[in-house]
Amino acid sequence: MPVSGTTWQLIRDSLGPLLDGMLRGTLPLTVISFLLGLALALILALMRLSRVRLATGVARAYVSVVRGTPLLLQLFIIFYGLPSLGLTIPPFPSAVIAFTLNVGGYASEVIRASILAVPRGQWEAAATVGMDYVTTLRRVVLPQASRVAVPPLSNTLISLLKDTSLASTILVTELLRKAQEIAAPTFRFFTLYSVAAAYYWVVCVLLSFSQGRLERRLNRYVAT
Amino acid sequence: MSRPGEPDGVLLEVHGLTKSFGSVPVLRGIDLDVREGSVTVLIGPSGSGKTTMLRSLNALEVPEAGIVRIGDVAVDYGQAPGKKLLTRLRAQSGMVFQGHALFPHMTALRNVMEGPVVVQRRPADVAREEALSLLDQVGLADKADQYPYQLSGGQQQRVGIARALAIRPRLMLFDEPTSALDPELVGEVLQVMKGLAEQGWTMLVVTHEIRFAQKVSDQVLFIDGGFIVEQGPPGELLVAPREQRTRQFLRRILDPL
Repeated sequence: MPVSGTTWQLIRDSLGPLLDGMLRGTLPLTVISFLLGLALALILALMRLSRVRLATGVARAYVSVVRGTPLLLQLFIIFYGLPSLGLTIPPFPSAVIAFTLNVGGYASEVIRASILAVPRGQWEAAATVGMDYVTTLRRVVLPQASRVAVPPLSNTLISLLKDTSLASTILVTELLRKAQEIAAPTFRFFTLYSVAAAYYWVVCVLLSFSQGRLERRLNRYVAT
Repeated sequence: MSRPGEPDGVLLEVHGLTKSFGSVPVLRGIDLDVREGSVTVLIGPSGSGKTTMLRSLNALEVPEAGIVRIGDVAVDYGQAPGKKLLTRLRAQSGMVFQGHALFPHMTALRNVMEGPVVVQRRPADVAREEALSLLDQVGLADKADQYPYQLSGGQQQRVGIARALAIRPRLMLFDEPTSALDPELVGEVLQVMKGLAEQGWTMLVVTHEIRFAQKVSDQVLFIDGGFIVEQGPPGELLVAPREQRTRQFLRRILDPL
């Protein structure tokens, strides 16, 4: 199919609304879910690493359930399932909850492994200068663990950005849903979906670029 | 210089220290007095319990039984001491490890300042001045802004010593501070330690550097099998040991061939 003038027209006209879907739907959904998810992941990782059997067990079970069920199904349970229990949550918050819980499960394993990668001697050295558990984590262990965690967590973030498109199925007006809305009356799905794909790709490229810079920054105190 | 609760001049007192790893006993009742301002060297074969004993003094290892008193802080390990008390005990001593214990993501200066500023909440500018003067004392004033990976092993150990001094402990503990170093770097670390001894620091040193024990220490403990087998001034213990085991050990390390 030759690219006709009207196709260029359509692309030009859709750029604005789709950008809007990215900036007002996809990006906030990604950023909020990722930050909340990281906080949850840190708590879960510390629970797994603790010597309290109950905490370890709960964290382990949580990760097992989150990783063992489809993300789309998790979205459906929260948005379509909970109302039957009398709990109705609007689309955007539903999506934030589902993605946060999901990121929390996956990232907790990354954070746990990266904390374990910090030598035991660092905990001891921190103890000898008087640090308690929280101070040791904040000042000594997490800064070193972050170096290990950034590459896999970047994967999680990039996956999340694309996975937020699933939120279109629970009526969140993000990038993909915007594209569907514009395409539906004109049947120009190929064009609109391609533009949407380009938007996702551009943002992923920017994220990869930031990842590289962050890694170089975190590696500045390591001999190479 | 005696304070309330401190019998004349004895800064560190250890009674009946007992510890096992699983079913393997590593400390079988250690008793020890260390006078303020004295240098004590602990020698013994690997696995003898000397490192465990040293680490028990600042609660990096928690023994099953025994009493440790440093200054006016006494801990009875048999009474399941709380975290607070162990933290107070820990603050009484500075610890220098065998190696690799500097915080790699902080400069030398920041390593030294970390305890005073973050834990003891001293004003940053005061702590900074003090940290710089401690780095000067260990001969590294010009390395303040370097990261650990930019320093040699000997320099790293000296920063470690400055970091331990910065928390203003009453006692300095050294756990094989030169064992992980290239031979030509050992001297600079021992020099700094000798300087501390001359300034009157109370020190406990686990080491295989017999020359250091001879020149700097006031008493030497030979530990084997979780006991203090023999103790005495270096002139006696290192020269004319009474115990067969001490003689064997010294012969092995002084003349390995």
